[in-house]
Amino acid sequence: MRYHQVVVVGGGLAGLRAALELNKRNVKVAVVSKVHPLRSHSVEAQGGINASLGNHPRGSHDSPELHAFDTVKGSDYLADQKAALRLTEDAPKRVREMEHWGVPFSRTPDGKIAQRPFGGAGFPRTCFASDKTGHVLLHTLFEQCVKYEQASERGEMVIYDEQIVTGLVVDEGVCHGVIVWNFQTGEIDVIKSEAVIFATGGAGRIFGKTTNALVSTGLGMAIPYWGGVPIKDFEFVQFHPTTLFGTNILMTEGARGEGGFLLNNEGERFLANYDDSSKAMEVAPRDIVARNMTREIDEGRGFEDEYLHLDLRHLGREKILERLPGIRDLAMKFVHVDPIEAPIPVQPGMHYTMGGIDTDETGASRVPGFYAAGECGCVSVHGANRLGGNSMLETIVYGAIAGDSAAQFVLDGGSGKVPDEKIFDDAKNRELARLEGMFNGGNENPADIKDELESTMNRKCWVFREENTLQEGIEKIEELRERYKNITLNSSGLRLNFDLLWALELGGNLTMAEVMIKGAARRKESRGSQFRTDYPTRDDAKWLEHTLAYYAQDGPRFEASDVDLSIWEPKERKY
Amino acid sequence: MSEVTFKILRYDPKTDKKPHVEQFKVPTKSGMTVLDGLYYIQEHLDGSLAFRSSCRAGVCGSCAMHINGTYRLACETQISALNSATIKVRPMAHLPVMKDLFVDMDPFWEKFKHIKPYLIPGDEPAEKERLQTTDERAHLDRIIDCILCGACFASCTVNNYDEEYLGPAALLKAQRFFSDSRDAAIEERMDLVDGEHGVWRCHTIFNCQEVCPKEIDITGSIAVLKRNMVANRWSPSLKKQ
Ligand SMILES: Cc1cc2nc3c(=O)[nH]c(=O)nc-3n(C[C@H](O)[C@H](O)[C@H](O)COP(=O)(O)OP(=O)(O)OC[C@H]3O[C@@H](n4cnc5c(N)ncnc54)[C@H](O)[C@@H]3O)c2cc1C
Ligand code: SF4
Ligand code: FES
Repeated sequence: MRYHQVVVVGGGLAGLRAALELNKRNVKVAVVSKVHPLRSHSVEAQGGINASLGNHPRGSHDSPELHAFDTVKGSDYLADQKAALRLTEDAPKRVREMEHWGVPFSRTPDGKIAQRPFGGAGFPRTCFASDKTGHVLLHTLFEQCVKYEQASERGEMVIYDEQIVTGLVVDEGVCHGVIVWNFQTGEIDVIKSEAVIFATGGAGRIFGKTTNALVSTGLGMAIPYWGGVPIKDFEFVQFHPTTLFGTNILMTEGARGEGGFLLNNEGERFLANYDDSSKAMEVAPRDIVARNMTREIDEGRGFEDEYLHLDLRHLGREKILERLPGIRDLAMKFVHVDPIEAPIPVQPGMHYTMGGIDTDETGASRVPGFYAAGECGCVSVHGANRLGGNSMLETIVYGAIAGDSAAQFVLDGGSGKVPDEKIFDDAKNRELARLEGMFNGGNENPADIKDELESTMNRKCWVFREENTLQEGIEKIEELRERYKNITLNSSGLRLNFDLLWALELGGNLTMAEVMIKGAARRKESRGSQFRTDYPTRDDAKWLEHTLAYYAQDGPRFEASDVDLSIWEPKERKY
Repeated sequence: MSEVTFKILRYDPKTDKKPHVEQFKVPTKSGMTVLDGLYYIQEHLDGSLAFRSSCRAGVCGSCAMHINGTYRLACETQISALNSATIKVRPMAHLPVMKDLFVDMDPFWEKFKHIKPYLIPGDEPAEKERLQTTDERAHLDRIIDCILCGACFASCTVNNYDEEYLGPAALLKAQRFFSDSRDAAIEERMDLVDGEHGVWRCHTIFNCQEVCPKEIDITGSIAVLKRNMVANRWSPSLKKQ
């Protein structure tokens, strides 16, 4: 059994930022990540990160209050307002700190961090490094971790990569560590700790059409959920308007921020025809653009009934090469289109899970010793819809906050409960038995269940939702949940067994899909990213509340919790 | 629906005496990548096949492997673009095979870490951001695109006979910091890339540059690194003579 004061699960932006904060506070930390940190989904983020630096002439009046208001309004008033304000107040400090650590941000003519417009703000607020912002942020954070790893002699900072957390050790409602599957050696082991921080990222792979990495599965949220931590607001899923037709690889919002047009098959900038997007046009918030695109395709004004055009040609070669080189590269490689010469085929795709592991504004959950940060968590700062550029911001702001509060918790003596050593052995043995049990199943191929799950979510829990189709989806997912019990694996042993890994991931996906679709069916209103054709308006009287889902064997048990509305009064969300 | 044959070099050092080639018939469809093909095999034909992947978009650096004659990222290599009925796949060279296409990357990371791959500024940070002109920032274009996939390392012939050679990616990273107006550890890092296993070992063979999926001018950057070291180190003493 290994011991570290704090275990951070996840080597993406949130996990590494939390680890650096713990290190700063002299708390010994181990980062456990199922892929090498640099392979985390964060590396894919393109467009940028928001902070009210005021570096752009059109945004010189910007402030944390304005940024927070835009965030709350963007959230359709479901964000907790003090938490959103904390996000935006810390933003300039955290973004500049990344610059101090070496992030090669693009620059303004006077040498400051450059900012570009993104949806939901009226002027440029999104700091960027061409269209590879996630790549440079993650590489820089990893570099800082290497620095501390090298400087630490007594293991103050250790990174265990290609090790997978499969469960929590929870005893009498207190978290004492994690169960780890060492993928390279096949060992199952326990890491005992005073506190655990989950930074396991989003769960896009519940869907087939998603911009997320293959490793962004529901397992990272399902593990704490199974362990008794509730999941908040999971019905809210952001659909990104512009993903490549075929692979759903993201074409950043920055492409529209830089002036790109969305065109239908008549060559028309159709967003002008819809009330909610006619003013902001291409930089209207994502949920609005994704819905209007879906309508356009459904009404026959798309191409092949599947996609629309993202046209960058008028930006000119130079600007495309300078500001959007990655986008051009991806379009050329994956659809053989050079955006300098032709429009890019795009369609809406699943992009971001607003909901996740329920935490308060310190990153703490309802289970002492258990924290969460980044996309897997839900404070909530994004409410029913997140603004582009706010999620990477959340990873570094709330990653640092969760690190800091876990450090304080440990330095204050932790939960004060000294667990019986036996619980660790028991946990390990139970896990070994469970994993070995997965080899003696029936005759279901997990790949079939995965395909059916993805297409069910694509069809039944998509941009437009409605009672009947949601119920059909629920039935299907309950069926898949049962069939999952009979899966068969055709590869044995625990060492480097991808068959088993994907089967575990599928289990997490099924669990979280059920939480999502049942939450969507339960919430009988339209708010932010959730649009119910049978309940097309927002209903503050009934539904201005967070959804909490607690694990139960026969499906989630739902409760509600209050939204913090202490600063701004909810208004109609109009752009 | 047409079909291709994957010929994969398979090896599990725990159970196999030596590597062997296995064949799999894979149905193809439009837009399908080599990575999609490997997943088809793993999901439908042989669940024991081991390979890495994550982003499936050519940006995370997980999936470099040798495909039909050269190193490529499996996820951004479309089967149709290979124009061949057989797809020959083997793992990266110079890195111990752990299983099939899954290699031990530790030697690669150790070399990366050796050059102190983090900004070492000479001053305390400004209250706001450090300023950097757009011209200074332009020196970092391309060089920061490296995704640390290891393709260059695997392709480099110098690695054949000098296991301790730092390799293209680590040297490129060093040059990345030399090129950064904010970094001040020039002397310190020169010591780290100096020596017989360092920058001088590069024989300008251009293999790395040919395989780099990000089309980075690696060989050119290493040449600049050499030139700067000559200028910084030896020219002053030459001048003294
Ligand atoms: C294509 C794309 C572009 C985006 N662009 C932007 C943008 O421009 N601006 C913006 O603000 N946001 C953007 N986002 C969103 C943003 O990238 C993510 O929300 C953010 O990077 C999530 O970071 P994270 O640290 O929470 O998680 P991740 O980066 O996903 O990291 C999760 C980590 O957890 C580990 N992990 C997961 N499960 C386990 C387990 N069971 N055991 C061990 N380890 C585990 C993984 O190995 C990984 O290291 C984008 C998202 C996508 C999909
Ligand atoms: S330089 Fe190119 S080939 Fe080498 S690791 Fe970086 S991206 Fe890969
Ligand atoms: S899977 Fe990320 S580069 Fe290929």
